[in-house]
Amino acid sequence: MRWASVACAAGLLLALGLARYCSKRADAAARSALVAALPRNFPAPVYAPVPAREAFELGRQLFYDRRLAHDGTVSCASCHRQATAFASPERISPGVGGRRGRRNAPALQNLRWKHTFFADGGPKNLETLPLAPLTNPLEMGATLPSVLAKLNADPVYVRQFARAYGPGPITSYQLLRALAQFTAALISASSRYDRYVRHEAGGTLTAQELRGRALLQRKCSSCHATDLFTDDSFRNNGLSRSFPLDSGRVAITFLPADRGRFKVPSLRNCALTAPYMHDGRFATLAQVLAHYDHGLVDSPTLDPVLRQPNGRLGIPLTAKEQRELLAFLRTLTDSAFCRAPGLAAP
Amino acid sequence: MTTHLAKVRRRKAEPALARLRISLGCLLLAGLLTMCSKGPSPANPTGDLYLQLEATVGPAPLVLNTGTYPNGNGEQFSISAFKYYLSNVKLTRRDGTHYAVPDSYFLVDAAVGTSQHLVLPAVPTGEYTGLSFVVGVDSARNVAGAQTGALDPVHGMFWDWNSGYIFMRLEGTSSASATGRLLFAIMGFQKPYNALRTIAPAFGGATVTVSPDHQPEIHLSVDVQKMFTGPAPVRFAEVYDSEGGPSAVRVADNYAAGMFTLEHIHPN
Repeated sequence: MRWASVACAAGLLLALGLARYCSKRADAAARSALVAALPRNFPAPVYAPVPAREAFELGRQLFYDRRLAHDGTVSCASCHRQATAFASPERISPGVGGRRGRRNAPALQNLRWKHTFFADGGPKNLETLPLAPLTNPLEMGATLPSVLAKLNADPVYVRQFARAYGPGPITSYQLLRALAQFTAALISASSRYDRYVRHEAGGTLTAQELRGRALLQRKCSSCHATDLFTDDSFRNNGLSRSFPLDSGRVAITFLPADRGRFKVPSLRNCALTAPYMHDGRFATLAQVLAHYDHGLVDSPTLDPVLRQPNGRLGIPLTAKEQRELLAFLRTLTDSAFCRAPGLAAP
Repeated sequence: MTTHLAKVRRRKAEPALARLRISLGCLLLAGLLTMCSKGPSPANPTGDLYLQLEATVGPAPLVLNTGTYPNGNGEQFSISAFKYYLSNVKLTRRDGTHYAVPDSYFLVDAAVGTSQHLVLPAVPTGEYTGLSFVVGVDSARNVAGAQTGALDPVHGMFWDWNSGYIFMRLEGTSSASATGRLLFAIMGFQKPYNALRTIAPAFGGATVTVSPDHQPEIHLSVDVQKMFTGPAPVRFAEVYDSEGGPSAVRVADNYAAGMFTLEHIHPN
């Protein structure tokens, strides 16, 4: 008798596993359109799961829902605005109760290609990332159980989650997966530059823009690499002698060599994502270029690529070169991405 | 390739129908599988094995909030929360080979009595001479995204801004601490501050026999004081919190050295 029940249980487990496998296959088919849509000029993505339509729509709704914050005043979109490539125009954007942290909200784009997130690389998976802003008392100030309780008390969400994940109470797994389905789909790859490299209609660059591109490849691409325009690494780019306010990567790794190191951001849409640097200290791209030309401050962890053979710090750029670089950087603006109705508030 | 693409295209055209077809197929197969696996399978008999964890502080049983204990370094403290992950359980056979209990992730919480009684289901029958497990969660699961069950972040054992699981969490108070409070969140799975420890309590010649008719129970004593004594003693005057890094490694080295000891085995 005991044997029969054990065997039955094992059989059921196997069957469940198989059913899960089958539903994954079905998902894969439904998602094929999005797989095909991966930009040809990008490397292979890091985050494999591809958005399924229902979960994506659910994630989109959650992203724009202020009720997720403990006092219902801010949503993810409060700091990550589509019109500016999901970055914030404010140096430090306010969280619940108008509280402010110490970092500029970065653009949310091409997140499927990132190994780590935030200026310090603390979060290591796109799905678990939202736990940080949701629970940070300076950002959304909520707790995971309280968010789940709110969602489970809302019949509309309960119905939508059931459609995407099957019946039953809404779980953290479903919440995090749904959010990741939306954020993974924030792909910016239709700038004029993209059309140029993919030889598509409208893909022309002026002579000045092309000179800017050549300059960028020569002087900036050791960090702003590939068509993602970042190598996803952490570097000290000479913003401070000692980083007293924010020491960057060292807070994650505890390694002194990581003091003052911050994630290299993508240059995509940079004409829209002012202000710049982890603390939003520079208001314009011209100021950023001026910093690289003559504004660097030395410290023991300053990135070696920013030390010239003659001992000078930074990347020397003439006024003409700066104009050319700025012209090229503007070709990375992806207006379609910033206006896509499918990514806007539902 | 063409056939595959055609299939994909067809599925896209009629996704509901395709899904229905697939679900029906799954149901049929599931039914078949269940039927096939009915009845005992004498070739691979199994039995359940239980693991009972008994928290103490030194020789005294752990009582949350009201108990006051020495930390082994001349300081007193009280404990308001004590939780840890016990995962990747392996049983050792006499010939040195192992049985790894699949998907074994347990969250043990001193405040939840049932969480201290672990069930290792469907263990192949036989005689086992040892046991090992990881305190914490392996690096793969730390970075694998949203998880369920014991690993659901809703349990408060996931550190979000430097993401990863808290392997062992102790909260409490001590007058020796500069803040009066203690918060040890032992975590970190990356070099050089990897706090993952595999622990194999000495069986000292004892054995545990798993069979379909017996559900033996291994009792382990878990001495909380061993977080702070051992190879790298921790005085609260010096360290009263940890969020990973060198202090987490110190505590992990301590608990790996003797927190978990075999109390006895009930053959049942």
